[in-house]
Amino acid sequence: MSFEAFLIVSAVLFCIGLYGALARRNVLAVLMSIELMFNAVNVTLVAMAKYLAPAGLQEDISTVLTGQVFAVFIITVAAAEIALGLGIVFAMYRTNESVDLTEATQLRH
Amino acid sequence: MFFQDVVFWILTVMAVGAALGVVLVRDLFRAALLLIVVFMAVAGFFVLLSAEFLAVVQVLIYVGAIAILIIFAVMLTRDVQRGNLPNRLQIPAAVFASLLLVALITVAVDTKWDFLPAEQLERVELVQTSSVTTLTSEELTEFGITSAEDQAEVQSSGLADLLIGDYVLPFEAVSVLLLAALIGALALVRPDPGTGRG
Repeated sequence: MSFEAFLIVSAVLFCIGLYGALARRNVLAVLMSIELMFNAVNVTLVAMAKYLAPAGLQEDISTVLTGQVFAVFIITVAAAEIALGLGIVFAMYRTNESVDLTEATQLRH
Repeated sequence: MFFQDVVFWILTVMAVGAALGVVLVRDLFRAALLLIVVFMAVAGFFVLLSAEFLAVVQVLIYVGAIAILIIFAVMLTRDVQRGNLPNRLQIPAAVFASLLLVALITVAVDTKWDFLPAEQLERVELVQTSSVTTLTSEELTEFGITSAEDQAEVQSSGLADLLIGDYVLPFEAVSVLLLAALIGALALVRPDPGTGRG
């Protein structure tokens, strides 16, 4: 259970999410893949907070919590993203009768 | 240490397997349930990384709120029968994702990381695990932090202190962002006043 192992696991999670976000047609599947990517980044940040020496460690021990603070912000932003994303999904479903991304072409010229 | 390794590998298999399921399973409802498995595994990683508070937040917000919202959305949209189809970008996306994976793993393995000095590990873990509680002097003495200055430093270094101290500006910005996003979501799903359709 080394630092690199955590980095590799979160890289795998991130790339799975990236593949899902690029290759799925259903907008809900894309949103779920984006959540996967958020989680992968959070694991990286917290692992870095645990294993790496931050700048200014000698003066202030609380710098070792920086990674966790960033993870808290990412979780909040993910919550905002999913609330707004699902709002857009419902609006899209109302006008299109479908949540298929290949059929959402209203903004095309 | 051995026990932690076993837990780590179990969580890894859970997280990667369920994540593959999320993007590959055809049934969207099952994909949403597998996403919950990923969230729980990530909460387990947080516990292993001595971020207990984040693990609780992960379960509360991701499993408790986000997953439920996604399941609601899956059930309220009728595309469930068509399932989770791939689009035409499938092969380029797979190639791009695997190239990025190779690059990320190379960086993770090759970089000379600046690790924490070994003599600091115990103190750092104490600060990280006690991110929301204030420890008494007796408890700190048990962990080998005896001098009054060090104790004061550890006691005033919780996550909450950082959030409303050094990081108060991003904290407020994120609050406003969340409020704006929620109002925006409400405005989007509101029925059209002209037609009354919802």
